[in-house]
Amino acid sequence: MGFLEWVLQWATDPWGRSVPIHIAWFLIWVSAIAGLLFLIVHATYVRYFARPRQFAAEAPHAQASAIPARVPRHSIAARLFHWIMALAMLTLLSTAFLPKVGFQFPWVTYHWIAGTVLTASIIFHIFHASFWLDFWAIWPDRVDLTDAGNRVLRFIGRSAPPPRKFAKYPLENKLYHGAIIAAGLAVIVTGVFMMLRVRTIFFPRNPYLFSDMTWGMTYVLHGLAGVGLIALITVHIYFAVRPEKIPITKSMIFGWMSRDFYLEEHDPQRWAVDAAASSRESTGVEA
Amino acid sequence: MAVIRDVMPAFLLLQPNSVAEAQNLLEQHSDDAWVLAGGLDSFDWLKDRIKRPKAVVDLSGIDELKGIRTTSDGIEIGAMTTLTAVVQHPAIKEKYGVLAEAASVVASPQIRNQGTLGGNVSQDTRCWYYRAGWPCYRAGGNICYADTPEGRNREHAILHADRCVAVNPSDTAPALIALDAKFVISTRKGERIVDAEDYFVGPDIDITRLHILQPGDLLTAIRIPSTWAGAKFYFEKVRDRNVWDFPLLNIAAAMVVSGDKIERIRIAVNAAAARPLRLRAVEDAVRGMPPNAATGEMAGKLAVRGAVPLQFNAYKIPLMRNLVKRGIGGVQEATWAS
Repeated sequence: MGFLEWVLQWATDPWGRSVPIHIAWFLIWVSAIAGLLFLIVHATYVRYFARPRQFAAEAPHAQASAIPARVPRHSIAARLFHWIMALAMLTLLSTAFLPKVGFQFPWVTYHWIAGTVLTASIIFHIFHASFWLDFWAIWPDRVDLTDAGNRVLRFIGRSAPPPRKFAKYPLENKLYHGAIIAAGLAVIVTGVFMMLRVRTIFFPRNPYLFSDMTWGMTYVLHGLAGVGLIALITVHIYFAVRPEKIPITKSMIFGWMSRDFYLEEHDPQRWAVDAAASSRESTGVEA
Repeated sequence: MAVIRDVMPAFLLLQPNSVAEAQNLLEQHSDDAWVLAGGLDSFDWLKDRIKRPKAVVDLSGIDELKGIRTTSDGIEIGAMTTLTAVVQHPAIKEKYGVLAEAASVVASPQIRNQGTLGGNVSQDTRCWYYRAGWPCYRAGGNICYADTPEGRNREHAILHADRCVAVNPSDTAPALIALDAKFVISTRKGERIVDAEDYFVGPDIDITRLHILQPGDLLTAIRIPSTWAGAKFYFEKVRDRNVWDFPLLNIAAAMVVSGDKIERIRIAVNAAAARPLRLRAVEDAVRGMPPNAATGEMAGKLAVRGAVPLQFNAYKIPLMRNLVKRGIGGVQEATWAS
């Protein structure tokens, strides 16, 4: 049995061709176990083996004293987007995979409604991030890459300068965001086409839009991205509840983080805080 | 239509003598096992080589699954009781005539001699795309070939379709729902008893099955309580030819009339959806009303609310409306006032 026969389900279409129809559903467990293994290994490493973090000494920031006690991090719009997306994502995962592991319920309608909410929220996020937020803040920059190299060298015991403090988002955050973009866009684009196969309020059904092979690959890509999201979301929730990350999680609820946490983790020269924004934050104006 | 081939592929034939033994075998072979009752649905699948079970558990040697017994609260019919035995049983004819009538119009006399009540309610759908072995939703795939602009869907669902538009073809199922029957299921965890209407599932819940039996489960008996014994019954099956055919639609009703008012009623249709539908809204609407044409007309209109016809089965909507009207008002009052 070849690898593709193993990880995908195949069928013979009416014209006698072998076409993929789904991923093999054991991949649900592969992804779930991979996510759990990651958090076990990570938690063990942090608890027993990790050395204290060291950042490069930074020159005293001239405006440090001007940094407000509550450093605005996420606007109300950004937070609403995050939690709506989270709710949609959890609904999508549970409606997609619980029936596959034995919890039977009428899931399709909930699934496409949640998918529609996710799609709308992502479209909003793309425009919001492009025109109202610092678009490049979530993408790795040269400093991130240089520091990542140094962190790897120090991890394996080689001599390297300590990394600088983070900008608004650590590199791990940025890489995670990239992975979510890839998996999220894959499920959304394939999912929108798949809605042409079920009865929704949006499109007349058109199961003949693609050939059986293209439809099969669409379902496979949707499934692969979907099971990938099981591990990604597991890891995300794990980091959200880790004690040292709680201030970041709280900032996604309340919109701000403390000055102490900000100065401990972030480089004011890489993530400049608009002191005046602190007072505006509570009104929902983006920082 | 699928072409039935010469011989069936080889399988391990297991012939238990008791429910316990059958249960053990089903647990032992789990997903690889196929339960054989009368064989009329099964042999199509096996000879077409669409289903290829490794083991077939033949229930025909289990005496405790056969026969009709009178109980303190009605009757109990073994799942392996033939349809002919159901049709001919005096107590069923006398008190639960709707079941006898429904069983009497299943297929042909020869098939009723071999077919069982358990098999009739547990049979698979007749959608030819599915039965031809095409990789449709019901077969685990990702398309419904019948629900396409050119799909042959004259016999398919008008209600509660969810990706798959196949229908349940059982004639006895709506009668058992009308009689408030209970289905006794032997499972790995012990005996489970469910209401007749809960024995069936639609594609929204499980797109690969028409009933709730999981691998290892066994329908052992059907109990009919005396609640509806001797009630006023109605059964009608509409089919393309009057012998040996599956229903285009069928209807079963049990009604208790007090004075000139409907005191209690249960009414169910089949072949309109992937599961037999108990028409609860209709029951609620007609309770307390006279069982006449006007009530039937109102009920018929109510019954088809939400129906979505496919390319070739819109006729099922007026057909169902009429059947519901006749189920309540009777055949003699089948003329529509409006």
